[in-house]
Formats: sequence, structure tokens, C-alpha cells
Amino acid sequence: MPDIDAAPDDLLPEPFRSWFAGRGWAPRAHQLELLAQARAGRSTLLIAPTGAGKTLAGFLPSLVELAGRPTPRNSARPPGLHTLYISPLKALAVDVARNLERPAQEMGLAVRIETRTGDTPASRRQRQRRDPPDILLTTPEQIALLLASDDAEPLFADLKRIVLDELHALAGSKRGDLLSLGLARLRAIAPMAQTVGLSATVADPDTLRRWLVPQRGNGEMGELVIADPGAAPDLSMLDSAAHVPWAGHTARHSLKEIYGLIARHTTTLVFVNTRMQAELLFQELWHINDANLPIALHHGSLDVSQRRRVEAAMGEGKLKAVVCTSSLDLGIDWGAVDLVVNVGAPKGSSRLMQRIGRANHRLDEPSRAVLVPANRFEVLECRAALEAVRAGAQDSAVVRSGALDVLAQHVLGMACATPFDADDLYREVTSAEPYADLARADFDDVVGFNANGGYALRAYERFARIRQMKDGRWRVANPQVAQQYRLNVGTIVESTMLKVRLASAKSRFGGRVLGEVEEYFVETMSPGDTFVFAGEVLEYLTIHENEVRVARTSAKEPRVPSYAGGKFPLSTFLAARVRALLSEPERWQSLPGQVRDWLELQKLRSRLPGREDLLVETFPRGDRYHLVAYPFEGRLAHQTLGMLLTRRLDRAGLHPLGFMANDYALVIYGVSDMSLAIAQGRLSLDALFDADMLGDDLEEWLAESALMKRTFRQCAVIAGLIERRFPGKEKNSRQVTMSTDLVYDVLRRHEPGHVLLRAARADAATGLLDIRRLSDMLTRVKGRIDHLALTRVSPLAVPVMLEIGREMVAGGASDALLAEAEDELIREAMRAGDDDSGPRR
Amino acid sequence: MPATMTAGPADERVGESEIGLAGARLVLDPAGALWWPAERALIVADLHLEKGSAFAARGVPLPPYDTRATLALLERMVARWLPRTLIALGDSFHDRGGAGRLGAEERASLALLGRGRDMVWIAGNHDPEPMPDIGGLHAGELKLGRLTLRHEPAAEAGDGEIAGHFHPVARLVLRGRSLRRRCFATDGGRLVMPALGAYAGGLNIRDAALAGLFGGAFDAHLVGAARTYRIAHHACLPDR
Repeated sequence: MPDIDAAPDDLLPEPFRSWFAGRGWAPRAHQLELLAQARAGRSTLLIAPTGAGKTLAGFLPSLVELAGRPTPRNSARPPGLHTLYISPLKALAVDVARNLERPAQEMGLAVRIETRTGDTPASRRQRQRRDPPDILLTTPEQIALLLASDDAEPLFADLKRIVLDELHALAGSKRGDLLSLGLARLRAIAPMAQTVGLSATVADPDTLRRWLVPQRGNGEMGELVIADPGAAPDLSMLDSAAHVPWAGHTARHSLKEIYGLIARHTTTLVFVNTRMQAELLFQELWHINDANLPIALHHGSLDVSQRRRVEAAMGEGKLKAVVCTSSLDLGIDWGAVDLVVNVGAPKGSSRLMQRIGRANHRLDEPSRAVLVPANRFEVLECRAALEAVRAGAQDSAVVRSGALDVLAQHVLGMACATPFDADDLYREVTSAEPYADLARADFDDVVGFNANGGYALRAYERFARIRQMKDGRWRVANPQVAQQYRLNVGTIVESTMLKVRLASAKSRFGGRVLGEVEEYFVETMSPGDTFVFAGEVLEYLTIHENEVRVARTSAKEPRVPSYAGGKFPLSTFLAARVRALLSEPERWQSLPGQVRDWLELQKLRSRLPGREDLLVETFPRGDRYHLVAYPFEGRLAHQTLGMLLTRRLDRAGLHPLGFMANDYALVIYGVSDMSLAIAQGRLSLDALFDADMLGDDLEEWLAESALMKRTFRQCAVIAGLIERRFPGKEKNSRQVTMSTDLVYDVLRRHEPGHVLLRAARADAATGLLDIRRLSDMLTRVKGRIDHLALTRVSPLAVPVMLEIGREMVAGGASDALLAEAEDELIREAMRAGDDDSGPRR
Repeated sequence: MPATMTAGPADERVGESEIGLAGARLVLDPAGALWWPAERALIVADLHLEKGSAFAARGVPLPPYDTRATLALLERMVARWLPRTLIALGDSFHDRGGAGRLGAEERASLALLGRGRDMVWIAGNHDPEPMPDIGGLHAGELKLGRLTLRHEPAAEAGDGEIAGHFHPVARLVLRGRSLRRRCFATDGGRLVMPALGAYAGGLNIRDAALAGLFGGAFDAHLVGAARTYRIAHHACLPDR
């Protein structure tokens, strides 16, 4: 740590020096370096671990500059906004503002610091436009709104610095796209403003460095400052004495050990991958909580007030542990956390590092974290992740370019601000990193979409949203358009959520709201089904408007097993490490004995998946025949692969019945002997796994894929094709889903090249369908398929086989299901007298 | 009421189910139309033509291809059944200005559909008045043989009534999958047709407004790729 006297006077003037000294602190090297970069007028990316004083580093240059400026009464007009801070979390913006107020006050700085979020009262927002603070802390959506108004120019004209917090969490997402476009406009209004990016460690800092400065075709980059990473984390995998399960995600076998860890530490954050896993683990912990430890639950579906209560109790050090999801990956620092437990596989090394960083915010002491694998494959994944974190290796970011639907929203916003010239706006937009390679034709299509829908065969000229003026510039057609834009701003399209309300004992109405669940989860339930939510087993009674009515039940085991898979698929980077670990038996020493035995047995009975090839096994079991492949490319890519392979096998007359995928493997099962078909040359695996499945087969499947329709809906909402509440405000979003499905069908058939379908396909490449990853894998394994015809199920196949029947099978034509239901119901009707009382299950 | 398959294997050719309605024999076309062999009449409901442009006028520029999609479907059905009479059960246009917004190509398709046969446009709540320049006859309701054809089902129990208006859909959960399909709803006395329009949404048959049309039990005939599927109403699930 540098001595305070090493800091040159002019870099860190009074009263800052005294303030640091008064606390017995010295400014850290990276804080001083950021001051120096600011002095030189350079935009800079700071990479620092949590606890390194990252936020203060970001603000010090602003505070120093503001402290040294002439007092307002000496200048002709009140100074405008000096520094803009943008955070991905509203709560973080509010918390940082509070943490900034303290030193400013203690140093007696006359600096006005304010936040602006969706919660800020309208009167204050009005005032902030008229009389802006020196430092404004806000979110990407608020920036978009501010920039889309005609007073954006005077508001931001004096801007000196822009601080982007947690930039690694924003870049690479649609929210990041929106922010990058806002940044491009801010730089156009205030060309002299410097940008500072604050980020956790990332695999490719250069992308983030390009974010900070205008792109002019040469990959221009901001400066880079890397802080001392601090002590290496103390990281281990729980070596459970109990039997490690073959499948499943609950980690029930390690429950006692997790409880023991919680008891022995001051405060523990227990991370899991999905909300449902959080619910289950929380419930299980309370079952064995004999010491009545204060353990709380935190995830994105819980009621906001409940989440805030947990966060507050955490801040006050009242809790022993919180079971949470990625809802706490980012956020306010809690000094008391001394242990992070990650239950289930980490899925990616970067996410794991982020989570580990949540423990112990003192740099000089190591963060302590324990990984708890829930099944055998997760043991391998945890081991690979552990080695990656120790080596400081990060997941590489998915390469993607800025989304066209987000661009469409931004273009409309810019027209709302002031008429734009298309050439100028194109130049501005391509100065943003995600859009640096945007083709002019794509930009023009986006403008055309805003003008008249951009339809080739029949244009809505009469109903245009933006119109070209005589001088060629574009303006909004009428004030209602601007109003529509404001209601639609942002890129977060929530899946439709239903409130979960506890029906009171007396009536079935009017109880407490427990939180929200995704609609698609409720869709698969029938009245009387039980499920776990908010830490309780609940019985589903009925749906009323946008509420699910539930009752408490004495059932111990929920009937609906809630989807067990992880929310995030295994990262490509970690997948490669798992494959490497598998193919090198000499490295298995670090694995628990029972897992080692499992792999040895696989070697004996079948073969181990190689580093680069694709192992495929076929074998009979029961009255069915199975084909298991081990691509290790994550659940999403495997699901897409499963869909496409099933179609091909069907066409080959091999009658597949369904498939099941997890993060590591997929199994297809059917009534035809696939080993025999391969032996007789009726089925070629090379042909089956040929990348040409991504052509017509994929197109055909996308036509009816629910995932693709969901993807399209998000693009349509973001681009403003349909309002968030469509068609009318009185309708609920259930009908939205239906209507956008109809729109998708019609558009796909009549104009497959429309800009919104292009946007949706780009999303499908990396999103829910993970097509790009599938395509990379198919290319990699071409000519390297390692097939074995076995007489029985192999040890490695057991986990994915166990998932059959446990989760929904998305394959199979729905018409076949309908025919089956019809027959079933007919049989039922023939069997007994027809009694119509009450709903059927 | 028996539902029998009159066609061969489902994957060989399009099949259709025959039902009885107040003594009349009717055939359910799996695409969502009704064929009445005795009258050689093809009956469709709720086309909602030009719904896309109606939304565009309100600032929601939906793809303007819904009319041609709906008409293309109608053309295929007409080619299949070669009806003497083509009857649209109301809400044929999404709003009163709908016909005025028809594109040239769509207008030509519509004219072609009416060539060589009677076309009857029954009044709906979206299109209560006759539309200009679309040909055919306009009627409040139509009595044909023993049956009455109207847009909105009458308040009294319908004996021999064919209506539209409600856009019935049925929802089922099968092996953990939720399916939602357009359907015919009938108790043997009254038949409510599915909406045919490309942008027409749907109302669940368990909704009180729809279920209340039938005194007691009724069946849903869900449209499918090659045939319809008959499921008793109580086996279908409500949504909201």
C-alpha cells in the first residue's frame, strides 16, 4: 500500500489528504492512478476486486475537481451536471449515493449528490432537469429517458465525467446495448466528458476498454488500470461423507454439513442456481434447524418488501445465513459475510468468482468459499471450476453484436429528443462498441421499421411513427409517439409473473401476497397440486386474474417437482475444462473416491468422452432403445440438439419417443433398435450429427418452437412493435403471449427477412436456443464421432437417464399428445359412470 | 353424440369429424371451418380481416399480412369443399373501416372467393353494417334448413344454432405441457365456432361467459394439423 506522502499534493489536495490521514488510511495505488488519468483527460477502465475501494476510486477525481471549482456565486450561470454515475441496480445507486455523502460531508465539500430511479418522485425529477445536482446516480433506463427529451442538451452540456459501475455485468446484454447507445449520445452532447468503467476481473478487458471511447474503426481503447487483486480466495469443495447422488440438484446429502458450516461462521451467503432450488434448500435447512439459527431466503420472485427486510436484517448483522440466487450476485456490500457456500455447480468461473467476492470485503484477508456439488457430474464441474478460479481463468465472453431491437428503441428515442439526420445518427450509433460493425443497411431497416413498420409488401405510410421533414431529417409524427416511447423504454421484458396469494382460512380470498411465480410454471399445474414457495409447501387452488390463490398444506413433499435444471447453462470454458479432466485419469486423484470409482467403471464398461470427439452410446433398456451423446455444451444447446435429432430420427423411420437433456449429455429414446440400425448401415451417425441440421431442420422447428416465440415477443416489445401491455390495458399479458405468437406466425410466413425476425434469430443464436454453441460443437466433432453399441446402460449415462420422466419432455408432436388424451378420456368414460362433479386432474 | 372419423389414417390425408346438431349432419374441418354437406355450405366465423391495419392506425404497426393469411386459409378450404354457399358468421372485418383499408391484392382475392357461389356476410358487433364493395349478401342472421346462423349466440337455449363471437379455445396439460388450441364447442343443440382470423385471439371455454351458453356438459373439438380432437369440457383447464 503506498504511503500517503507518495501522493503528489496536486493529485490529492486538501481536504482529501487530511481525510484519508484522519482515518489512518492511505489512498490505494489504483485510486491515485485514476486521479492521474483523469488529470490527463483520459477515459479509463479500472479492474478491481470487491473491497478494493473501487467506487471511491471512480468518484475521487470528480470530488477533487468539484472541491476545487469556483463557488457558484462567482459564475454567471449555475453549473450543470458534472458527474453521471450509472449502475445496473437501482439499490446500488442509492447505496453508493449514501456512501458518497459521508466523505463529502466529513470533508465539508459543497457537493450536491442525488439519485434518480423509477422511485424518484415526479416533482424531484422535474426539478433535477431544471436545476441538476453536481453528481447524479442513476440506471441505464433513466439515462435513455433523459436523453429522449428535448432538454437533454442543456442538461448534459457541462458533463465532465461518466462513471459506469459493474460494467462487466452490463456489457454483452441488451441493457448494455441500450446504455452504450446512450453513452454515444452523451459523448455527442459533451465531447469532452471522460468515461470511467469499473469492473470485476474479466477475460477480455479490451472489449470494455473500447466501450469507454468513441469507436472510429480502429478499435480505439480507453486506458487500463488493474488494482492489486488482494489475497487469493480460500476455496474448497465439500467432500461429503455421504453418498453423492447420481442426479438431482438439491444437495440434500450435504445438508447437515452445510448447516454445520453456517453454525461455525458469523454470516454465510448460500448461493444456489434457481429460485426453486433456493426454496427447497431453505425449507430443508429449517427442518434441521434445531438451534433456531436466523436463516433467511432471498430470490427475485419474493415480494419486494420481504426482500428489503432480508437485506436490512443482513445490513444490521441480524442474520446467520441467507439462501439466495443470483439476486445477490451483485449489490450492496455486507462486511460481516465471512463465508460463501455455492450449492450446485457454479456453471461458469466468472460467476463463481463474483460470488466468492461477496465474502469478506477486506482486501488483505482471503474470501472463504465452499462448493457443494449436488450430483456426480457436478463434482467434476466443481473441481474444474475450482482449478479455473485458482488459475484466475475467466469465462470468455460470448461474441455478439448490438441487438437491432434495442437499436430500434433508441432510434425512436432520439427522434423524440430532437429531429435527427440519418447519416449523423448512423455515425453516432457506430461509435458505440456493440454497434461498431453495424451495417448501414441494418441501420436503415431499423429507421424504416420506426417509420412505417418496415414491411416490404405493404407499408403503413399513413400511420408512420416518425416522418421525414423537407430537409431530410426525421421527427416523431405526433406527441403520442413520444408518450408511447416513454412507457416502453428499457430492455427488461419480464416473463409474465403471477402473484401468489395465500387464501385465508375463512374465505378463499384476501390473504397475504407471498411473492410471484413465472406463469409458465403455473400453466403446468392443476388445482390440488402442491409446490414449494416462500419456504412453505402450498396447495394450488385457482387462478384469479393475475393471482394464484394458494393454501397452506400439511404435505411434506410437494407433488410438482419444479424444474430441477439450472438457470444458466454450463459455460463453454468450463465445459472444456470438464472434458479435459475426464480424459486425463491421472488427474482424478483430486476427486472423491466414489466419483473416481464411477469413472473407472465407465472406462471399463464403455469409454471416456475425449477432449475433442463426441462419445455416443446406444443400448437397450426395458422395452426401449436409447442413444446417449455427451457433448458437454450446456442444457440449452442440448435441448436444441435433442429437438433436431428427434426430427431426423423420426424421418429415418426410427420412431423416437422423446429426449432428455442436462448440461453434460442428452438421451434420445424410442422403440427402434438404434444399435442395429447403425450396424446395418440404415443409420449413419456422421449424417445424423451433420451440421446441416442447422439449415432446413432448424427453420422448420423454429416455426413452431415456443422458445422462439418467446424470444420474438421480447424483441417485439423492446423494439416497440407492440406495447408492453398489448393489445389493450384492460387485457392481461396472457393474451399478449397469444397475440405475439399469432404475429410471429404471420410475419414468419410472409416476410421471413423482416428486421425483427432477424433480431429474434440473433437472440436465438446465443439465448434460449444457444444455436451458435451447438453449431461450434457440430463443426468440432465432424468425423470424430466415437460410437459404442452397448448391451446395457453405461455408468456415465445414468444421471441423464434418471432425468427421464422427471422433467417435462419438450419433444414429440402435440397432436400425438392430444390423440392420446382423447383415447385416454374415452377409455375413462367407458370404464365408469360419468360423474362430473369437480375439476379433473 | 357420436364422433366418428370419416377419413383414413391421420397422416395420410386430412381427416374430419362428423357431428350432429339438432338433427343436421355437419363436418368439422380441422382448419376451423364447418362443412354442411346437405346444404353444400361452408361456414366460417370471426375472420377479423384488417385487424393489423386497425392496430397500425393506433400506433401499433403489426405486420400487415393478416388479411392475406386469413384469405389464403379460406381459399384452401373453398378449394377443398367447393361450396355452393360461403357464410361468414360476423366480425368478418375487425372494424367498420376495415373494408376500406383492404389492399388491392386482398380485394382481388376476396372477389375471387365469391365467384360462382353465394356469399353471405352475417352482421357482427365489429361490423354491424354492410361493407362497401365486397360483394355478397348482408344479413342480420340466417335460417338454413333446421338451423339458425348468427354472430352472437342468443340468450335462450339454442336448439339448432351455429354462432361465433366467442373465439373458443381449450387448454389442456398433457405430460407437463400446456396446450392451448382453438376449438368448436357444442352440446348437440348449439355450436360455437372457433375464430378463423390470423390475429384473432381466444377465450377459454371454461370462462363463465362461454360455459354459460351450454346448460350442462358440452364437448370441445380442438383443431389439429390433420383432424379435430374431441375432449369433454370438464377435462379442459381454465386459464384466466
